[in-house]
Amino acid sequence: MGIEEKAGNLGIVTTTLETVVNWGRTNAMWPLLFGLACCAIEMMGAQASNYDLSRFGMELNRASPRQADLMIVAGRVSRKMAPVVRRLYDQMPEPKWVIAMGDCAACGGIFNNYAIVQGVDEVVPVDVYVAGCPPRPEALIDGIMMLHQKVMREKLSGKKEAPIRLEQPLVQVK
Amino acid sequence: MDNQTVLAALRDNVGKEILAVNEFRGDLSVTLTPAGYLAAAQFLRDDPELAYTFLENLCGVDYLGRKPRFEVVAHLTSMRHRHRVCLKVGCDEPNPTVPSLTPLFPTANYQERETFDLLGIHFAGHPSLTRILLPDDWVGHPLRKDHPLGDEEVAFSFNQDRIYARKPFARE
Amino acid sequence: MAEPITVPTPQQIIEPAVAGRTETMVLNMGPHHPSTHGVLRLVLELDGEVVVNVAPDVGYLHTGIEKTMESKTYQKAVVLTDRMDYLAPLSNNLCYALAVEKLLGVEIPERAQIARVLLTELQRISSHLVWLGTHALDLAAMSVFLYAFREREQILDIFELVSGARMMTSYFRIGGLAYDLPADFIPTVEQFLAIMPSRIDEYEDLLTANPLWLERTVGVGVIDAQSAIALGLTGANLRATGVAYDVRKAMPYSGYETYSFEIPIGKNGDIYDRYRVRIAEMRQSVKIVQQATERLRELGPGPVVTSDRKVAPPPKREITESMESLIHHFKLWTEGFKPPRGDAYVSIESPRGILGCYVVSDGSPKPWRVHFRAPSFINLQSLAHMAKGRMVADLVALIASLDPVLGEVDR
Repeated sequence: MGIEEKAGNLGIVTTTLETVVNWGRTNAMWPLLFGLACCAIEMMGAQASNYDLSRFGMELNRASPRQADLMIVAGRVSRKMAPVVRRLYDQMPEPKWVIAMGDCAACGGIFNNYAIVQGVDEVVPVDVYVAGCPPRPEALIDGIMMLHQKVMREKLSGKKEAPIRLEQPLVQVK
Repeated sequence: MDNQTVLAALRDNVGKEILAVNEFRGDLSVTLTPAGYLAAAQFLRDDPELAYTFLENLCGVDYLGRKPRFEVVAHLTSMRHRHRVCLKVGCDEPNPTVPSLTPLFPTANYQERETFDLLGIHFAGHPSLTRILLPDDWVGHPLRKDHPLGDEEVAFSFNQDRIYARKPFARE
Repeated sequence: MAEPITVPTPQQIIEPAVAGRTETMVLNMGPHHPSTHGVLRLVLELDGEVVVNVAPDVGYLHTGIEKTMESKTYQKAVVLTDRMDYLAPLSNNLCYALAVEKLLGVEIPERAQIARVLLTELQRISSHLVWLGTHALDLAAMSVFLYAFREREQILDIFELVSGARMMTSYFRIGGLAYDLPADFIPTVEQFLAIMPSRIDEYEDLLTANPLWLERTVGVGVIDAQSAIALGLTGANLRATGVAYDVRKAMPYSGYETYSFEIPIGKNGDIYDRYRVRIAEMRQSVKIVQQATERLRELGPGPVVTSDRKVAPPPKREITESMESLIHHFKLWTEGFKPPRGDAYVSIESPRGILGCYVVSDGSPKPWRVHFRAPSFINLQSLAHMAKGRMVADLVALIASLDPVLGEVDR
């Protein structure tokens, strides 16, 4: 018994401002064109014809951090690269999100040594971690879907949720 | 071209500088003095019969505990004869230095810089010997055997609380 | 030689500019730049739009692979080689496996040899497809990327069928293969072979005679054969200058001498010739894969790892029956095998050029030193030589044509 029923014939939809804003943000998310290592190739694979990331409004990669609102850290972050990653992140306008794609970006992966930062979360705050070495394009898409759901739950107060970790391996569909 | 022909030619020209000759699985490697290393590379490159014009590989090895401690290994290839020969030269602390091959083979430039960066071997005569892979302000040479791997404790479910408590997570 | 070949460092360009001794402009390109194919940083010295000098600054992806390998056993270190040149993991596997096998002196069964040749040639096609797609993308030909990745997915499906992983297969192990090829392997490859030649024609239709493509590539980034050899340029970049040097022919490995194929070469050493050479290489690879498929079919089932029990674990069935096999299995998985003291160098023709692996053994189960001669790393040196006097836009085409993979540059 709300206004929807009364106003239904007039073509009016009522909702909350939060939902509209978040809906807008999820469906036109512009990732930063930013690849580091092996995972970047799978990211390219996700954007190519077979997996077609543009189904989710994610195909428009911006080369400039000023125009991007999602950073997909695709690959291992070396100690030499870490300040650059942070600088790129700082240049992105709010609101912004980060996906750590792959084991190296999430925790250092198999490279537990002097050269690699053990998880990009030491450099930039991460919203979603995607497991895999490298993650399949399906896994990346799953991570992006998770981020979309997370963005939908966001409050206008700007308070962020804790990061989402993919805890179970994906069922691989052949 | 076979190993014996190259070796005989090397013995004729830089015979006095040869310290050791080794043949392992059909590959010839010749250990030389620093002066002989440069002379042998020049001879192999310029001799029209041999024509080892292509420096395929150059790297350093740290034999910690052996004298001399470091060894620089260069693989020269003759594209005409489809044959490869390996030149080795030792150098020791405190100032490991070997002559640079960059004036002879421009391709040695990056490879020598890499060896300098990761092992701390100096190349006398190199036009611009600076760090290449690591940041300029890096301390140490990671491929040396006395340099630690630098690994950190891996977080599993049983110890992650302890590790995450002191892990420097980034802030917005 | 007219002038000596120099390879500048970033400092050599930056310092005079900072001190105000030059009239030119210094521009930083990368490490985050869409056309640098990864995290390559270039320091450009420009006079207007003309490149006076350029110095690559590498190391933004330095992974410490060589150091990490020293702390793993020989067999475990295979996994690390995959991540070096991530567009051709199987070539890396092969190079490392061949080097260690040379140290050990083991013989590889024929079925494994054929499978190795077959899969590395498929890998070469898939790697060249990524090169083609991104190269065209850099020169604003978007659609080629979508076509090239369509076929690449098919090759990745074959790898997945074989090893369970799309990219990082770790399928070539020391002593042979990780496990036998699946039953429907040959039909799947043949399905791919049936369509691939016509698909290559399709790419050529899009680019080979395209006036925009010709404008951007013909006569750009020229290097002569002598300078190319002096700078250590290898692979398709060298062959585009007219030097028919291919390790598969010059110093054959894995039985390449028994396959019939040609080495495509160029004439002018420009970007267009490199493009033609790589396209022709894809056709040759298809030919090799065809021959290898026929051989596999003729050969029938057989062992895929060496029978040397000191190197390769015995089959599971034997472990339950023989005490000796159980001991071998236990020793191999707890300690690993111990190659004799010595060093070995092996080079192969990877999609990017001559990939070399130098392994030193001190008689322990872990390698004392592993060094990779990374073709991308050494090819990058010639960038300044080729780019001088050209426009900035040509530089973008030039980097793409060199086809560097930064994971391999920095290791």
